[in-house]
Amino acid sequence: MASKKAVAVLRPAVNGCGVRLQRAELLQNTQYATRPLARQTPRPRKLAQLSQQHVRPASSAPAKEKASKTGLYELHSKYGAKFVPFGGYSMPVQYSDLSIIDSHNWTREKASLFDVGHMVQHHFSGPGAEAFLESITPSSLSSLPERQSTLSTLLHSTGGIVDDTVVTRLADKFYVVTNAGCREKDTAYFQAQLEAWKNAHPDQHVTWKILDGQGLIALQGPLSADILSRVLDDKSKKDLKSLYFGQCTAATITGTDAEVLVSRGGYTGEDGFEISIPSYATEAVTQFLLDSAKDDLRFAGLGARDTLRLEAGMCLYGHDLDDTTTPVEAGLSWIIGKDRRAKGGFHGDSVILQQLKKKSEGGGVSRRRVGLIVEGSPAREGAEIVDEAGEKIGTITSGCPSPTLKKNISMGYVKDGMHKAGTEVEVLVRGRKRKAVVTKMPFIPSKYFKQPANIKA
Amino acid sequence: MAARTSVARAVRQLSSTAAAARRPSPFMCQRWAAQASQQQRLFSVSAALREKKYTEDHEWIEMSSDGKTCTLGISTYAAKALGDVVYIELPQIEMDVSEGDAIGAVESVKSASDILTPVSGTVAEVNSELEEKPANINKDPEGAAWIAKITVAGEPGGKMMSAEEYAEFTEDG
Repeated sequence: MASKKAVAVLRPAVNGCGVRLQRAELLQNTQYATRPLARQTPRPRKLAQLSQQHVRPASSAPAKEKASKTGLYELHSKYGAKFVPFGGYSMPVQYSDLSIIDSHNWTREKASLFDVGHMVQHHFSGPGAEAFLESITPSSLSSLPERQSTLSTLLHSTGGIVDDTVVTRLADKFYVVTNAGCREKDTAYFQAQLEAWKNAHPDQHVTWKILDGQGLIALQGPLSADILSRVLDDKSKKDLKSLYFGQCTAATITGTDAEVLVSRGGYTGEDGFEISIPSYATEAVTQFLLDSAKDDLRFAGLGARDTLRLEAGMCLYGHDLDDTTTPVEAGLSWIIGKDRRAKGGFHGDSVILQQLKKKSEGGGVSRRRVGLIVEGSPAREGAEIVDEAGEKIGTITSGCPSPTLKKNISMGYVKDGMHKAGTEVEVLVRGRKRKAVVTKMPFIPSKYFKQPANIKA
Repeated sequence: MAARTSVARAVRQLSSTAAAARRPSPFMCQRWAAQASQQQRLFSVSAALREKKYTEDHEWIEMSSDGKTCTLGISTYAAKALGDVVYIELPQIEMDVSEGDAIGAVESVKSASDILTPVSGTVAEVNSELEEKPANINKDPEGAAWIAKITVAGEPGGKMMSAEEYAEFTEDG
């Protein structure tokens, strides 16, 4: 699958979500460490006035009285997790053994294990499932092979993105993973869409199920395949050797009857797997993995997850994507299937297909998502991007110091025309202009385990 | 501009002292209020302040022996909670600052935190070495990695704590 991004990570500092927050229905903008001053008062403020937000959820999760826990909460505690509220859950932001930078580097050099059990796993089945999902996403699911995933977006009729998601075709159903921070919004969306579908297509039944309690962990890093094969039975071990990026397979944990769904991909730019585990076995399988690779595998939290995904150029919903952003503006035109471009038939198709056209044909977009490398201070969410004359041309949506590049990397939206790699712009951080250059993403090369071209079907 | 938070806020979120940071401490406040009203001296600060003092925002200040200049930095506790510091924005020399102003910022991987001055005055000197070596602040935040020296124009405002009081403040919770 595509790189999923699924998780929302948290991010550091900034937030700047003020405006966005009002727009979304709910929101808690959580962030774990900072607050944006961005659209608030420019300078000094007293602590007392600061709101008590903590983490950045993938999007808009309403503040609940009590955060939920994944099935791995106790295990995280045992490993020294520092928890933050995220997407309605108490999730580890980092662990006592490694700083965020250390954990980030560990993932790039060895392998890390992330609990992403807060994300929402769904099954869509029935004779109408494929057509239903094609009506709400721009993906070509009819051409998606079995056990193959694709990054996709749930769409509004305006072409705006409700959430980003990974859709996988299994033998008799679709497996769909959505962001934790969008849980309530997505649930309401699916309910409404299914109701409308049923009325329009009474003969094409769709069954929707949320896999409550199902565990989901992400094993990421160059040693991931080696580590995973240590806990699989012989057949699954063999299957793993020909499991390529974007594919998935059912696998059995050695010595047990626990069957898991292993999808090759992730949210770090490294080779890796997302492993969906039945609730009863989640903790045991996770512990087994950790015990099988004591020198090479560590838990990693949302802190490292955010810096890793940003280096990999992947979006975090609620920050880099929102209800007003279309896939074309977001640089995600590649998720729109070929046949979908020709025939449309999905929410927002008139808007999106028009944007895909050449400028000379009235197409194009007014803003585009770009990567930036910023001099001096990191530029975080909410920072304004300006041109030489000081005119605002865009806004930063994510940013952090890159542990791998040791430069400040950011993602944001700029006016069309200013989006080409190499374009020099400036970013306002604490009222001062900082030089920045539009840079291709990913910021560091991805290292996926791709199917060799000569084996492709 | 970007989002920021004060050191205190970041620390609160990154450590488990939330309760401590929010807890009002009436006794201390009253004492300082009384002292401030009695001594309306400008350009020089009472002897009681020459000892290193800490703010609830996790900055520290220390007065020079003549009481005219104070050195300001962030506490060891804050530096530890912030984690790997990658960038420090220093104030500009000769800048006039007022109590409570954000005079600079500390950027770690996970957050951007303002450095707040508890005292009004003029920035006399900054520790330029931190621009090149921001990580020094993780090594000796209360010594060599001081942030700025301020020529003071009055007594500090807000609650100031002694080392013992600050230790207690950061301990519980």
